[in-house]
Amino acid sequence: MESTARAFKDNARAAVADPQLRRALGHVKVGFIEKRAKAAARLPEFEALRDAARDIKDHTLAHLDLYLERYEARVKACGGEVHWCRDAAAARDTVLAICRRAGARTVTKGKSMIGEEIGINDHLEANGITPVETDLGEYIIQLRHEPPSHIIAPAVHLTKDLIEADFRAHHGWLPAQRSLSEARELVDEARTVLRDRFLAADVGITGANFLVAETGSSIIVTNEGNGDLTQALPRVHIVLASLEKAVPTLEDVSTILRVLARSATGQEFSTYTTVSTGPRRPGDADGPEEYHVVLLDNGRSEMLGSEFRDALRCIRCGACMNHCPVYHAIGGHAYGWVYPGPIGSVLTPWLIGVEEAGNLPNASTFCGRCEAVCPMRIPLPRMLRHWREREFERHLTPAKARWGLKLWAALARRPAAYRRVTAVQARLLKAWAGRRGRVSRMPLAGGWTAHRDLPAPQGRTFHELWAARRRGVAS
Amino acid sequence: MTADRPRVGLFVTCLVDLFRPSVGFAAVALLERAGCAVEVPAAQTCCGQPAYNSGDRADARAIARQVLDAFEGYDYVVAPSGSCAGMLREHYPRLFAEDPVDGPRARALAERTYELTSFLTDVRGVTEIEARFDGSVTYHDSCSGLRELGVREQPRTLLASVAGLTLTEMAEADVCCGFGGTFCVKYPEISDTIVSEKASRIEASGAGTLLAGDMGCLMNMAGKLQRRGAKVRVRHVAEVLAGMADGPAIGEGAGERPAEG
Repeated sequence: MESTARAFKDNARAAVADPQLRRALGHVKVGFIEKRAKAAARLPEFEALRDAARDIKDHTLAHLDLYLERYEARVKACGGEVHWCRDAAAARDTVLAICRRAGARTVTKGKSMIGEEIGINDHLEANGITPVETDLGEYIIQLRHEPPSHIIAPAVHLTKDLIEADFRAHHGWLPAQRSLSEARELVDEARTVLRDRFLAADVGITGANFLVAETGSSIIVTNEGNGDLTQALPRVHIVLASLEKAVPTLEDVSTILRVLARSATGQEFSTYTTVSTGPRRPGDADGPEEYHVVLLDNGRSEMLGSEFRDALRCIRCGACMNHCPVYHAIGGHAYGWVYPGPIGSVLTPWLIGVEEAGNLPNASTFCGRCEAVCPMRIPLPRMLRHWREREFERHLTPAKARWGLKLWAALARRPAAYRRVTAVQARLLKAWAGRRGRVSRMPLAGGWTAHRDLPAPQGRTFHELWAARRRGVAS
Repeated sequence: MTADRPRVGLFVTCLVDLFRPSVGFAAVALLERAGCAVEVPAAQTCCGQPAYNSGDRADARAIARQVLDAFEGYDYVVAPSGSCAGMLREHYPRLFAEDPVDGPRARALAERTYELTSFLTDVRGVTEIEARFDGSVTYHDSCSGLRELGVREQPRTLLASVAGLTLTEMAEADVCCGFGGTFCVKYPEISDTIVSEKASRIEASGAGTLLAGDMGCLMNMAGKLQRRGAKVRVRHVAEVLAGMADGPAIGEGAGERPAEG
């Protein structure tokens, strides 16, 4: 998708001023956070499981070549095929080629962030193939031609009344008197439409939460069951997955699953956990005739050797954005590309360039709540800081900020001079404030005073007063 | 160190130094009452976070080295700020991780650095203090103190012993106030959205006074509350604990009694 990350500040400004968005985001704050907290509290070993999950991924990443080769060998042994794709273009072309070979006209899709990352829908559409999103949230945003605003709840930026309006606009056959004001009614309507699409599809595309090296299986976790129909009904199943989804064994999967749903939605387990291993075997009741895994690198193997390696542990649960005050304020679209929230602010600069997405790692208060809830214990604030370091090194930091910083640092490194300057500052600021004790307007401090008053200093610095007190004691 | 009277170097913090020296004197009073000999090394300015968090590691290291030098030889280093104490404890060792000379010094400094209320309770074993504050307060957990240093119960324990004080918890006391250092001026609209939400929580608590342990957060919240015309007064927790909360609160008008000093 086209990035608007460069316009992050404008995006954010528009987002905070959008009352509908603010209403919708209220649900993120309440629902996800409380449910996760309760789910974690109910499980005494939750913290230990987080450690175990982190260790599994660390081990896998340390031997990723080994596990990916083992995975590929198992997929082949089960009659499937793995297509190694260096970048998004290669992955798109691979998917298109498979679809063309299958003579596909309609493709159903389960939810896949890799699908978003490589922009598969636009590519298929441009080539005369109709992709149909079957996850409810994805279906809604496909109608609206919008990208997802959250990695597990793609339409979380919308309220029910907006969705009803979209359905009425796109489902022209809906009688005006038909009620669509309840969530249940919206789900039923989407299901009715999607049922025919499932049956008509020639190819089904899903994502993958895990690729299991031991068995060659791909695993998806969903709550709607649409993923199962997407992958079992069409003749061809394509799995879109990135390298870091690999895990050694099914036992490892079960450990990580115990933290995944709890961190994401507060469920103990998602409604469906679906394991796919190769195409339909003789005697199987259902399943596709062809099973393809499109395995995407897109810079991840290089990321392994960088200071951002830990981010590859991510299992896309969304807990970091659910708990992020910045995400709560602006929602997912303002980030300007596929992955929003704290993890997005780490991944996006890597995937589309820090020149384009340089604002994202800076737009954090470093409050640390993301790291505190991340089931994989990814040190997100530290990774954001690493991006700021890269930006500073490459002189991508705005010149004004850079010089301001240099000037301040030069002063901070000279305590005597620093004292003299701060003593003057304290007096000037206090004088500027007059008798009010705070200022509402100040040159060069518009960023602060546009929205809040600036408390005035007490008038003399601590070090001045301390020195005076010690002189007093001495005399 | 004499076992009963440790030498404490006070890390004043740049914001306390410039904006609210009375907090520094409150910290000194609390530390002295807890049996410490307090000194204030003159060669300190700032902990270096503005540089560190802007990706400027060279300046961050230079400023950190200055702090390492200035606070050499103290039994403890105490800061009336979770953010600055967190910088010294969590981040200095990382800044010098591969430095054979300053690495060990940074780790040694980290081990003896504390946020004020956590030092009083966790190290000095203070559970009760003699102070009086007539009114209801609500306490905001600053992010670095809470999540980097585990400061949560310590200030509440101490506040519980203040005569006349009632603690009325606000909702989401552990959620960021939107300050974030330079964040608040780089992304003013986002910061404002976050601090507005925080201000609503504070007002909804019904408390007359907001307390916290970090000047940055306090100035941000005070500035927002005052812009909204809220009646809540805002103070650093040390002022209340030290019984030095009778001067003007943060951002409050002059004409009242001058601050102690």
